[in-house]
Amino acid sequence: MPDGALKVYGVELGSRLLLGSALYPSPDSLSGAVKNSGTEVVTLSLRRETSGDGAASTFWEHIKSLNVRLLPNTAGCRTAKEAITTALMAREVFSTNWIKVEVIANDDTLQPDLFGLVEAVRELSDQGFQVFPYTTEDLGAAERLLSAGAEVLMPWGAPIGTGRGLMNPYALMTMRNYFPEVPLVVDAGIGKPSHAAAAMEMGYDAILLNTAVARAGNPPLMAGAFAKAIEAGRAAHEALIIEERDMASPSTPQAGTPFFDLENL
Amino acid sequence: MQVEINGKSEDITEATLEELCKRYLDLPTVIATAVNGTFITVHERAELILQPGDKIEILSPRQGG
Repeated sequence: MPDGALKVYGVELGSRLLLGSALYPSPDSLSGAVKNSGTEVVTLSLRRETSGDGAASTFWEHIKSLNVRLLPNTAGCRTAKEAITTALMAREVFSTNWIKVEVIANDDTLQPDLFGLVEAVRELSDQGFQVFPYTTEDLGAAERLLSAGAEVLMPWGAPIGTGRGLMNPYALMTMRNYFPEVPLVVDAGIGKPSHAAAAMEMGYDAILLNTAVARAGNPPLMAGAFAKAIEAGRAAHEALIIEERDMASPSTPQAGTPFFDLENL
Repeated sequence: MQVEINGKSEDITEATLEELCKRYLDLPTVIATAVNGTFITVHERAELILQPGDKIEILSPRQGG
Protein backbone atom coordinates (compact mmCIF):
# COMPACT_ATOMS: atom_id res chain seq x y z
CA MET A 1 0.00 0.00 0.00
CA PRO A 2 1.33 3.47 -0.83
CA ASP A 3 2.08 5.84 2.03
CA GLY A 4 0.58 9.20 2.70
CA ALA A 5 -2.91 10.48 2.09
CA LEU A 6 -3.69 13.18 -0.40
CA LYS A 7 -4.15 16.50 1.40
CA VAL A 8 -5.98 19.38 -0.26
CA TYR A 9 -6.96 22.57 1.51
CA GLY A 10 -6.26 20.89 4.82
CA VAL A 11 -8.51 17.90 4.08
CA GLU A 12 -7.02 14.42 3.96
CA LEU A 13 -8.51 12.15 1.33
CA GLY A 14 -8.09 8.41 1.53
CA SER A 15 -8.63 7.96 -2.21
CA ARG A 16 -6.69 9.65 -4.96
CA LEU A 17 -9.55 9.25 -7.41
CA LEU A 18 -12.09 12.04 -7.80
CA LEU A 19 -15.14 10.94 -9.73
CA GLY A 20 -17.66 12.78 -11.88
CA SER A 21 -21.37 12.07 -11.53
CA ALA A 22 -22.49 12.61 -15.15
CA LEU A 23 -23.29 10.28 -18.05
CA TYR A 24 -24.05 7.11 -16.06
CA PRO A 25 -26.66 4.82 -17.57
CA SER A 26 -28.55 4.63 -14.26
CA PRO A 27 -28.43 5.90 -10.67
CA ASP A 28 -27.45 2.42 -9.54
CA SER A 29 -24.44 2.39 -11.82
CA LEU A 30 -23.32 5.72 -10.33
CA SER A 31 -23.71 4.31 -6.82
CA GLY A 32 -21.80 1.18 -7.79
CA ALA A 33 -19.02 3.21 -9.37
CA VAL A 34 -18.67 5.45 -6.32
CA LYS A 35 -18.56 2.42 -4.03
CA ASN A 36 -16.07 0.43 -6.12
CA SER A 37 -13.82 3.42 -6.75
CA GLY A 38 -13.49 4.19 -3.06
CA THR A 39 -13.68 7.86 -3.97
CA GLU A 40 -14.42 10.41 -1.31
CA VAL A 41 -15.05 13.27 -3.74
CA VAL A 42 -17.74 13.48 -6.42
CA THR A 43 -18.17 16.37 -8.84
CA LEU A 44 -21.53 17.78 -9.82
CA SER A 45 -23.05 20.89 -11.33
CA LEU A 46 -25.90 23.37 -11.27
CA ARG A 47 -28.24 23.50 -14.22
CA ARG A 48 -31.45 25.30 -15.09
CA GLU A 49 -34.37 23.97 -13.07
CA THR A 50 -37.14 22.60 -15.22
CA SER A 51 -40.07 22.77 -12.88
CA GLY A 52 -42.01 19.57 -12.70
CA ASP A 53 -39.65 17.08 -14.29
CA GLY A 54 -38.29 15.94 -10.94
CA ALA A 55 -34.85 15.21 -12.38
CA ALA A 56 -33.02 17.60 -10.11
CA SER A 57 -34.66 16.47 -6.91
CA THR A 58 -34.15 12.80 -7.72
CA PHE A 59 -30.49 13.36 -8.47
CA TRP A 60 -29.97 15.53 -5.41
CA GLU A 61 -31.50 13.00 -3.04
CA HIS A 62 -29.41 10.29 -4.63
CA ILE A 63 -26.13 12.16 -4.43
CA LYS A 64 -26.73 13.02 -0.78
CA SER A 65 -27.21 9.34 0.00
CA LEU A 66 -23.71 8.56 -1.26
CA ASN A 67 -22.09 10.31 1.71
CA VAL A 68 -19.22 11.82 -0.25
CA ARG A 69 -17.62 15.22 -0.28
CA LEU A 70 -19.05 17.34 -3.09
CA LEU A 71 -16.96 19.28 -5.58
CA PRO A 72 -19.31 21.50 -7.61
CA ASN A 73 -18.07 22.71 -10.97
CA THR A 74 -18.62 25.74 -13.17
CA ALA A 75 -18.84 23.64 -16.33
CA GLY A 76 -20.02 25.46 -19.41
CA CYS A 77 -19.06 28.92 -18.19
CA ARG A 78 -17.35 31.03 -20.84
CA THR A 79 -16.35 34.07 -18.85
CA ALA A 80 -14.90 34.71 -15.42
CA LYS A 81 -18.11 36.50 -14.46
CA GLU A 82 -20.24 33.49 -15.34
CA ALA A 83 -17.94 31.20 -13.40
CA ILE A 84 -17.94 33.49 -10.36
CA THR A 85 -21.74 33.76 -10.33
CA THR A 86 -22.12 30.00 -10.76
CA ALA A 87 -19.65 29.37 -7.94
CA LEU A 88 -21.56 31.67 -5.61
CA MET A 89 -24.80 29.86 -6.45
CA ALA A 90 -23.11 26.49 -5.91
CA ARG A 91 -21.79 27.52 -2.51
CA GLU A 92 -25.29 28.37 -1.36
CA VAL A 93 -26.81 25.13 -2.65
CA PHE A 94 -24.06 22.69 -1.72
CA SER A 95 -22.74 24.38 1.44
CA THR A 96 -19.10 23.99 0.45
CA ASN A 97 -16.28 26.39 -0.34
CA TRP A 98 -14.80 23.90 -2.75
CA ILE A 99 -15.29 24.75 -6.40
CA LYS A 100 -13.87 23.23 -9.57
CA VAL A 101 -13.35 26.30 -11.70
CA GLU A 102 -13.87 25.86 -15.41
CA VAL A 103 -13.84 28.72 -17.89
CA ILE A 104 -14.11 27.27 -21.37
CA ALA A 105 -12.44 28.92 -24.36
CA ASN A 106 -13.33 26.72 -27.31
CA ASP A 107 -16.25 24.46 -28.24
CA ASP A 108 -14.23 21.87 -30.13
CA THR A 109 -11.49 21.31 -27.57
CA LEU A 110 -13.24 22.55 -24.41
CA GLN A 111 -9.85 23.91 -23.51
CA PRO A 112 -9.64 26.30 -20.58
CA ASP A 113 -9.61 30.06 -21.13
CA LEU A 114 -6.53 30.66 -19.02
CA PHE A 115 -7.02 34.43 -18.85
CA GLY A 116 -10.60 34.11 -17.61
CA LEU A 117 -9.56 31.27 -15.33
CA VAL A 118 -6.96 33.35 -13.52
CA GLU A 119 -9.46 36.20 -13.12
CA ALA A 120 -12.12 33.86 -11.72
CA VAL A 121 -9.68 32.11 -9.37
CA ARG A 122 -8.46 35.43 -7.97
CA GLU A 123 -11.98 36.71 -7.28
CA LEU A 124 -13.24 33.42 -5.87
CA SER A 125 -10.19 33.01 -3.62
CA ASP A 126 -10.75 36.54 -2.34
CA GLN A 127 -14.31 35.53 -1.54
CA GLY A 128 -13.18 32.58 0.55
CA PHE A 129 -13.50 29.77 -1.98
CA GLN A 130 -11.04 26.88 -2.13
CA VAL A 131 -10.52 26.57 -5.84
CA PHE A 132 -9.68 23.59 -8.05
CA PRO A 133 -8.85 25.19 -11.41
CA TYR A 134 -9.17 23.10 -14.56
CA THR A 135 -6.16 24.26 -16.53
CA THR A 136 -3.53 23.20 -19.06
CA GLU A 137 0.14 22.35 -18.49
CA ASP A 138 1.10 26.00 -19.13
CA LEU A 139 3.61 26.89 -16.41
CA GLY A 140 3.04 30.63 -16.70
CA ALA A 141 -0.69 30.23 -16.18
CA ALA A 142 -0.03 27.82 -13.34
CA GLU A 143 2.12 30.38 -11.54
CA ARG A 144 -0.61 33.00 -11.98
CA LEU A 145 -3.21 30.61 -10.62
CA LEU A 146 -1.10 29.89 -7.56
CA SER A 147 -0.50 33.60 -7.00
CA ALA A 148 -4.24 34.17 -7.36
CA GLY A 149 -4.95 31.80 -4.49
CA ALA A 150 -5.14 28.28 -5.89
CA GLU A 151 -3.50 25.61 -3.75
CA VAL A 152 -4.31 22.79 -6.18
CA LEU A 153 -3.92 22.68 -9.96
CA MET A 154 -5.78 20.38 -12.33
CA PRO A 155 -4.14 20.18 -15.76
CA TRP A 156 -5.87 18.30 -18.53
CA GLY A 157 -4.57 15.00 -19.83
CA ALA A 158 -6.47 15.44 -23.09
CA PRO A 159 -9.64 17.30 -24.10
CA ILE A 160 -12.68 16.48 -21.96
CA GLY A 161 -14.40 13.25 -22.93
CA THR A 162 -11.88 12.17 -25.56
CA GLY A 163 -10.34 9.33 -23.57
CA ARG A 164 -7.03 9.89 -25.31
CA GLY A 165 -4.93 9.80 -22.17
CA LEU A 166 -1.84 11.91 -21.56
CA MET A 167 -1.45 13.82 -24.82
CA ASN A 168 1.62 15.74 -23.69
CA PRO A 169 3.54 13.67 -21.15
CA TYR A 170 6.63 15.84 -21.50
CA ALA A 171 4.69 18.95 -20.47
CA LEU A 172 2.95 17.11 -17.65
CA MET A 173 6.28 15.83 -16.35
CA THR A 174 7.74 19.33 -16.60
CA MET A 175 4.82 20.68 -14.61
CA ARG A 176 5.25 18.00 -11.97
CA ASN A 177 8.94 18.75 -11.63
CA TYR A 178 8.40 22.52 -11.62
CA PHE A 179 5.86 22.42 -8.79
CA PRO A 180 7.05 19.57 -6.56
CA GLU A 181 5.04 20.71 -3.54
CA VAL A 182 1.74 21.65 -5.21
CA PRO A 183 -1.02 19.04 -5.29
CA LEU A 184 -1.55 18.29 -8.99
CA VAL A 185 -4.57 16.42 -10.29
CA VAL A 186 -4.86 15.24 -13.88
CA ASP A 187 -8.38 16.21 -14.88
CA ALA A 188 -10.00 15.24 -18.17
CA GLY A 189 -9.11 13.09 -21.12
CA ILE A 190 -8.32 9.90 -19.23
CA GLY A 191 -9.67 6.90 -21.13
CA LYS A 192 -8.38 3.79 -19.44
CA PRO A 193 -6.73 2.74 -16.19
CA SER A 194 -3.25 2.61 -17.72
CA HIS A 195 -3.54 6.34 -18.51
CA ALA A 196 -4.28 7.04 -14.86
CA ALA A 197 -1.45 4.78 -13.71
CA ALA A 198 0.98 6.59 -16.01
CA ALA A 199 0.05 9.95 -14.52
CA MET A 200 0.40 8.62 -11.00
CA GLU A 201 3.78 7.07 -11.84
CA MET A 202 4.89 10.55 -12.92
CA GLY A 203 4.08 11.77 -9.45
CA TYR A 204 0.68 13.31 -10.00
CA ASP A 205 -1.26 13.38 -6.77
CA ALA A 206 -4.67 12.32 -8.01
CA ILE A 207 -6.92 11.75 -11.01
CA LEU A 208 -10.30 13.31 -11.72
CA LEU A 209 -12.32 11.46 -14.32
CA ASN A 210 -15.87 10.84 -15.39
CA THR A 211 -16.52 9.65 -18.93
CA ALA A 212 -14.07 6.72 -18.82
CA VAL A 213 -16.05 5.18 -15.99
CA ALA A 214 -19.58 6.37 -16.77
CA ARG A 215 -19.47 5.32 -20.44
CA ALA A 216 -17.72 2.00 -19.84
CA GLY A 217 -19.69 -1.16 -20.50
CA ASN A 218 -19.74 -1.81 -16.75
CA PRO A 219 -19.16 1.43 -14.83
CA PRO A 220 -18.79 -0.10 -11.34
CA LEU A 221 -16.26 -2.63 -12.61
CA MET A 222 -14.31 0.07 -14.45
CA ALA A 223 -14.35 2.28 -11.36
CA GLY A 224 -12.70 -0.51 -9.42
CA ALA A 225 -10.13 -0.98 -12.18
CA PHE A 226 -9.26 2.72 -12.04
CA ALA A 227 -8.92 2.61 -8.27
CA LYS A 228 -6.42 -0.23 -8.52
CA ALA A 229 -4.47 1.48 -11.33
CA ILE A 230 -4.24 4.72 -9.39
CA GLU A 231 -3.09 2.94 -6.26
CA ALA A 232 -0.53 0.95 -8.28
CA GLY A 233 0.76 4.08 -10.00
CA ARG A 234 1.10 5.90 -6.70
CA ALA A 235 2.90 2.98 -5.08
CA ALA A 236 5.27 2.77 -8.05
CA HIS A 237 6.05 6.47 -7.74
CA GLU A 238 6.75 6.17 -4.05
CA ALA A 239 8.90 3.07 -4.64
CA LEU A 240 11.11 5.09 -7.05
CA ILE A 241 11.03 3.88 -10.65
CA ILE A 242 14.30 2.93 -12.34
CA GLU A 243 15.79 5.16 -14.99
CA GLU A 244 15.51 4.05 -18.61
CA ARG A 245 18.69 2.87 -20.35
CA ASP A 246 19.63 2.90 -24.00
CA MET A 247 21.37 -0.48 -24.01
CA ALA A 248 20.44 -3.88 -22.69
CA SER A 249 21.71 -4.86 -19.28
CA PRO A 250 21.42 -8.48 -18.14
CA SER A 251 19.41 -9.01 -15.01
CA THR A 252 20.78 -12.53 -14.37
CA PRO A 253 24.32 -12.45 -12.89
CA GLN A 254 27.01 -13.04 -15.50
CA ALA A 255 29.39 -14.48 -12.94
CA GLY A 256 29.03 -18.24 -12.97
CA THR A 257 27.34 -18.42 -16.34
CA PRO A 258 27.59 -22.10 -17.46
CA PHE A 259 29.46 -22.97 -20.66
CA PHE A 260 30.78 -19.41 -20.68
CA ASP A 261 34.22 -20.44 -21.90
CA LEU A 262 33.16 -23.48 -23.91
CA GLU A 263 33.80 -22.00 -27.32
CA ASN A 264 37.32 -21.07 -26.24
CA LEU A 265 38.31 -24.68 -25.52
CA MET B 1 -44.62 41.77 -16.94
CA GLN B 2 -42.40 40.10 -19.47
CA VAL B 3 -39.19 38.51 -18.13
CA GLU B 4 -36.86 35.72 -19.16
CA ILE B 5 -36.71 32.67 -16.90
CA ASN B 6 -33.95 30.20 -17.65
CA GLY B 7 -33.72 31.46 -21.19
CA LYS B 8 -37.47 31.40 -21.93
CA SER B 9 -39.60 34.49 -22.23
CA GLU B 10 -42.55 34.52 -19.82
CA ASP B 11 -45.35 36.85 -18.78
CA ILE B 12 -45.44 36.79 -14.97
CA THR B 13 -47.54 38.34 -12.22
CA GLU B 14 -45.09 37.82 -9.34
CA ALA B 15 -43.53 41.03 -8.08
CA THR B 16 -40.48 39.70 -6.27
CA LEU B 17 -37.97 36.95 -6.87
CA GLU B 18 -39.12 35.21 -3.71
CA GLU B 19 -42.70 35.06 -5.00
CA LEU B 20 -41.46 33.65 -8.28
CA CYS B 21 -39.44 31.00 -6.45
CA LYS B 22 -42.57 29.75 -4.71
CA ARG B 23 -43.33 27.98 -7.97
CA TYR B 24 -40.52 25.60 -7.09
CA LEU B 25 -41.42 24.92 -3.48
CA ASP B 26 -43.11 21.65 -4.29
CA LEU B 27 -39.78 20.23 -5.35
CA PRO B 28 -37.79 18.55 -2.60
CA THR B 29 -34.67 20.21 -3.84
CA VAL B 30 -32.78 23.40 -3.40
CA ILE B 31 -32.45 26.16 -5.92
CA ALA B 32 -30.06 29.03 -6.44
CA THR B 33 -30.94 32.25 -8.20
CA ALA B 34 -29.35 34.99 -10.26
CA VAL B 35 -30.87 38.02 -11.93
CA ASN B 36 -29.18 39.69 -14.86
CA GLY B 37 -26.02 37.72 -14.15
CA THR B 38 -25.82 38.67 -10.49
CA PHE B 39 -26.17 36.05 -7.74
CA ILE B 40 -29.14 36.70 -5.46
CA THR B 41 -28.94 34.89 -2.14
CA VAL B 42 -31.92 33.15 -0.63
CA HIS B 43 -32.19 35.98 1.90
CA GLU B 44 -32.22 38.70 -0.77
CA ARG B 45 -35.04 37.24 -2.85
CA ALA B 46 -37.87 38.89 -0.92
CA GLU B 47 -36.49 42.37 -1.53
CA LEU B 48 -35.59 41.82 -5.15
CA ILE B 49 -38.33 43.60 -7.10
CA LEU B 50 -38.49 42.15 -10.57
CA GLN B 51 -38.35 44.50 -13.54
CA PRO B 52 -39.60 44.00 -17.11
CA GLY B 53 -36.90 42.37 -19.19
CA ASP B 54 -35.06 40.82 -16.26
CA LYS B 55 -33.12 37.70 -17.09
CA ILE B 56 -33.65 35.26 -14.23
CA GLU B 57 -31.67 32.09 -13.69
CA ILE B 58 -33.04 29.43 -11.34
CA LEU B 59 -30.61 26.54 -10.99
CA SER B 60 -30.66 23.21 -9.17
CA PRO B 61 -28.24 20.31 -8.62
CA ARG B 62 -27.41 18.14 -11.62
CA GLN B 63 -24.82 15.63 -12.68
CA GLY B 64 -21.40 17.01 -13.55
CA GLY B 65 -17.88 15.99 -14.38
